[in-house]
Amino acid sequence: MSLGNVFDIAGTGMMAQSIRLNTTASNIANAETVSSSIDETYRARHPVFSQIHKDEMGYKFEGVDVNEDIGNGVHVMGVVESDAPLEARYNPEHPMADEEGYVYYPNVNVVEEMANMISASRSYQTNVDIMNTAKTMMQQILTLGK
Amino acid sequence: MAISFDNALGIHPQAMGVRVQRAEIIANNLANSDTPGFKARDIDFKAVLNAESDRLSSVGLDKTDDKHLDGLLSPDQGLKFRNPHQPAIDGNTVETQVENSEYMQNAMQYQATFQFLNSKFKGLTGAIKGE
Repeated sequence: MSLGNVFDIAGTGMMAQSIRLNTTASNIANAETVSSSIDETYRARHPVFSQIHKDEMGYKFEGVDVNEDIGNGVHVMGVVESDAPLEARYNPEHPMADEEGYVYYPNVNVVEEMANMISASRSYQTNVDIMNTAKTMMQQILTLGK
Repeated sequence: MAISFDNALGIHPQAMGVRVQRAEIIANNLANSDTPGFKARDIDFKAVLNAESDRLSSVGLDKTDDKHLDGLLSPDQGLKFRNPHQPAIDGNTVETQVENSEYMQNAMQYQATFQFLNSKFKGLTGAIKGE
């Protein structure tokens, strides 16, 4: 138990949000990446967040007691690709068109991605604020008795 | 005559410990503000404070050995789930604005505790110097 843990926790939050921001950037950058087959088409990617428990990283391998463990931040369990259907457009003049004249567009929802971007950036800011306040508290304790 | 720091400083060192722990809990809530299924938690400061003052006024019955340490939180007065005003569809109950204001409030209360503690130390220093 110390204020140093607050830095760690806010750090994991910033890390997770920056991964989310990275996937959003990748999705928006590839929103118009066409392909001539369904298998090769880019699919929207999304990170899956989950809570870190103290004992996961520590020495104990017993079950986590939720009443005592206050948690240790957040981590990205993995990045999953969206299952939403791809968009097939009929465009025989397109250089990437297949034999039937179709090109396939990614299932990236740009509006959703923009909302994700704003949410990620706000959450990132919150974590930075937490860290700043913890820093002030820590600096203060160093002046104790002066 | 030796100075007993426990008597001189009163409840404030313990209060500070609880403030730090609460900062940690709320930081964890905010870090998980986008985690599906995460439930925001907090400690009941009043319950912890009462338990601490009981412990201070008693003669330390909990300890049976000099090497025994006393933890700040015991499970029965420990973490509680927060009741959300507007829980998210994914089961997340973190409300950023609530947590943020609690965190700030906690930081201010920490500052107050710090002032108390600081003036206690100043008083002791004054007494030693005979000012």
